[in-house]
Amino acid sequence: MTPNASSLATSLVQSVDWLAVAPPTIAALAGLAVLVADLFLPERRKHLLGWGAIAGLALAALALLPLLDGDRSTFCLTSGAHACSYTADTFALVIQFLVLGGALLTALLSFSSLDDLKLPAGEFWFLLLSSAAGAALLPASRDLATLVIALEVASLPAFALVGLRRGDRLSSEAALKFFLSSVTATAVMLLGVSFVYAATGSLHLSRIADALTHVDPRLDTLAQAGAVLTLVGFAFKTAAVPFHFWVPDTYVGAPVPVAAYLSVVGKAVGFSGLILVTVLAFPSYADVWGPAVAVLAALTMTAGNAAALRQRPERSFSAVRLLAWSSVAQAGYLLVPIAAAGYADSGQDASRAIGSTVAYALMYAVVNLGAFAVAALVARTSPANRLTDYRGLYAARPAAALALGFFLLCLAGLPPGVIGLFAKVTVFSAAVDAGLGWLAVVMALNVVVALYYYLQWTTVLFRAPEPAAEPEPVPAAGPAITRPRAVPLTAAIALTAAAGIALSGAPQLVLRFASSTLL
Amino acid sequence: MNHTVQQLLLAAVVVLPLLGSVAALLPAPPGLRGRGPDQAVMRHGVTVTGVVLAAAIALAAGFDHDHPARMQAQTDIGWIPALDIRIHLGVDGVSLPLLVLTALLTFLSALYAYFNRPSGPSPKAFVALLLLLESGTLASFAVLDLMLFFLAFEMVLIPMYFLINRWGGAERERAAWRFILYTLLGSVVMLLGLLLVGLKGGTFDMVALATDNGAKLSHTTQLIAALAIIVGLAVKAPMWPLHSWLPDAHTAAPTVGSVLLAGVLLKMGTYGLVRIVLPMTPDAAHTYAPYLAAFAVVGIIYGSLACLALARTGAKGDLKRLIAYSSVGHMGFVLLGIATLTPTGVNGALFANIAHGLITGLLFFLVGALKDRSGTTDLDQLAGTSGAALYGRAPRLGGLLAFGAVASLGLPGLAGFWGEMLAMFGAFDPADGLSRPAYLTYMAFAAFGTLLTAAYMLIVVRRVCMGDHPIEPGTGTEAQRPALADVHGHEFAAWSPLVALTVLAGLWPAALLGLTDPAVQQLLAGGTR
Repeated sequence: MTPNASSLATSLVQSVDWLAVAPPTIAALAGLAVLVADLFLPERRKHLLGWGAIAGLALAALALLPLLDGDRSTFCLTSGAHACSYTADTFALVIQFLVLGGALLTALLSFSSLDDLKLPAGEFWFLLLSSAAGAALLPASRDLATLVIALEVASLPAFALVGLRRGDRLSSEAALKFFLSSVTATAVMLLGVSFVYAATGSLHLSRIADALTHVDPRLDTLAQAGAVLTLVGFAFKTAAVPFHFWVPDTYVGAPVPVAAYLSVVGKAVGFSGLILVTVLAFPSYADVWGPAVAVLAALTMTAGNAAALRQRPERSFSAVRLLAWSSVAQAGYLLVPIAAAGYADSGQDASRAIGSTVAYALMYAVVNLGAFAVAALVARTSPANRLTDYRGLYAARPAAALALGFFLLCLAGLPPGVIGLFAKVTVFSAAVDAGLGWLAVVMALNVVVALYYYLQWTTVLFRAPEPAAEPEPVPAAGPAITRPRAVPLTAAIALTAAAGIALSGAPQLVLRFASSTLL
Repeated sequence: MNHTVQQLLLAAVVVLPLLGSVAALLPAPPGLRGRGPDQAVMRHGVTVTGVVLAAAIALAAGFDHDHPARMQAQTDIGWIPALDIRIHLGVDGVSLPLLVLTALLTFLSALYAYFNRPSGPSPKAFVALLLLLESGTLASFAVLDLMLFFLAFEMVLIPMYFLINRWGGAERERAAWRFILYTLLGSVVMLLGLLLVGLKGGTFDMVALATDNGAKLSHTTQLIAALAIIVGLAVKAPMWPLHSWLPDAHTAAPTVGSVLLAGVLLKMGTYGLVRIVLPMTPDAAHTYAPYLAAFAVVGIIYGSLACLALARTGAKGDLKRLIAYSSVGHMGFVLLGIATLTPTGVNGALFANIAHGLITGLLFFLVGALKDRSGTTDLDQLAGTSGAALYGRAPRLGGLLAFGAVASLGLPGLAGFWGEMLAMFGAFDPADGLSRPAYLTYMAFAAFGTLLTAAYMLIVVRRVCMGDHPIEPGTGTEAQRPALADVHGHEFAAWSPLVALTVLAGLWPAALLGLTDPAVQQLLAGGTR
């Protein structure tokens, strides 16, 4: 090779840092492997697929370890200003850990649902892993094209997951609703991205940020419209208020583990994209999106809590519905620090505010997955999953009831859920620091409102069981057969409970992100 | 006593109940099974609270009484560096009496519950909740970090909620909801105030913030933060017009719950005012003091009038509710004392805090015992046409009730007297810059309130303790009234410490004032340590 040719090669051919991209790649490859293996495995060996998926996710999470020593970037531009499409910085790693861990716990929850609902195993695991791969790609992507692709890779399998219950009307309706509203949001976002590209001539977040400081005045409106439209797509994913109507029906129609997955990983995707776009690409428009996100946060938490309050406990699926609305409210709390970042004086402050969101999200992921895990456990014996079905859970399954009580108190932010309390404190302090006193007050009121329904549910757990509920023989026959196979589900509850208790003892484990700069 | 031992004792006082609470949920180890799981777990409760009381007394004994203004037995460990939250424990003359009072009342409650098991679901949960409650209250008096104070403040709510909700009487669910929603709303608002103080002041450490004496906070910040904190604490205290959760909660709560609610939980509110608002936001305290005092006085008058109305014949007044309203009045004196911003007034407030804990604790015990015996706390049902004649039917119980009532109305020589008198003394000569005529008016109203208190307490004594002899004249047979058992041995054990301390504090107030006075002087002048 001549020297000339080799220099050409270095300018055109990128050297890919495979280690940096390993986490999403491993998840995607594991998904493909599971799909292929599904073709060759006999029916009675299908459960091996699940363990394969779990191994793939665990491997992907382990692949984060070598990246801890420092920021790595790859897929960089070889000419002109330095800009990369993929960066594995602390923020990306933390969110990837959250996403992969969340997917892993979802996988543990799914074993029993797969059996109970007769879901097709191969497809399920493939879809879960591909969605997880997309979700893991998103926090590391640093250009709009990659962001959109990652978002779609995360979402498309999710539609199919929601609709996987064949022949179930609710399930297909939920999938359709989810699909249509999501596609609309994506279309709007793509329009926004194209506007931004037209105005700035770049797709890389860092270069957009530079270009937006001196946009051609004639293109200014275009750029602003593009920024707003881009945010809409991510607001949809976080289920922020005007875009939240799909949540309850989708959660109810989907199998419980999928609802858990959407409530944690789906949200993580949404808010990490929102953070990347706002803080990295549009910092010069902070005076526009800061107040907008603040209002969005206030509306989201208020609407979510108001709807959660109005759930009637005897209605079927009221437990999942309540969790769905509570997750909308929690999304509001997650947005508060992002809004605070819009009011920050420096990049340093903005990054610290973002840290509060990340810390809160980690707490929320553990606790919410735990709550869904217990809901999945209860759903096995009472498929209607009404709040009234939780009455006397303490008498029947003391450990599960104590765990659920703990998770709910964490979500509410009351001791003994210390971690929930302090995660809320970091969010409050981000708001107070940024001078968003009104938002802090709105959030305080919302926290109290939310306490009402979380506590009510907690109380129900410890009530004496309904005396009339003794026509046991029929339901007793069902769980008696399936109970031994709930081991992964029990493991998921135990894992989340242990994590929640450990975090309550040492909140620094997640709260340290709130005091460090991530991006 | 050496410093490390003191540190360990204080840490043990906070942590032991927590561990005990977890242990109560586990099956008893062999050798401690007792006569059955229920008895074993109740005994566990008595043992743990007893050990905690012993530790608290040892702590008090080792306390350097020559320097009560100094924070002693301090432990300061980093916990959450991200939020700058430290596990900072310590006691001084202000918190020590409250710590001992809490440990004592919880122990007596556990003892009482051991012999007189509350009716409701499993005793296991009861003991676990009781210990959790104790841990939370002790922690809130012992911690010196704003966020930890908030944590402890909140920690109390869940156990109290379940105690009322599961072991309470009629209307318990509504009362429990009301209790928790009111206090939660208050405490979330308080959290915002505490955050503001901590973020603007640069630290959450209560000692450091008290030493700064509000120097790092602008006047506006102080006003906003203090308002939020005062509202939160006032719900707990409770201050009129935020008191309306209290009568319901007291009426519905089981005996032990009422005792702890009145004796200990209410003190957390006033303690917070003295420990946080006075030293950390002195300017704002100065601004709000006259309003606080006005609300306090309204509370005194309102509480007494409500009690008078309940004590009337035919009003269907509930004795527990009456004592709850009397608490509103008594806490009004405490708030008035604090609002004078003078050492005299604040000392009086702290003294009245302790006295109220002892006396009202005793009264709730007595009323609970009366309810167990006669099945009702309705004054009209109890008294019938002429009076319940407790003197004749159960002389010792009647005597104790009369003793509690006269102690509560502030008879000189008993504990209730000094706190109220000092609070009014403070109002006679309030701190510089506060309007003297306004405070003189407050003092006059407060004095009128003591008269009203005396009136309803004496009415209660007349209707419950006096009355016709139960033997119907001429026939020599018992009247239709069932016989009342007099005070049992275990009840004597649970009550006599309260009686003795009430007399002691009444006759020798210097023992308590000597502890609080230097610490109060320092807090008001801006703590220097």
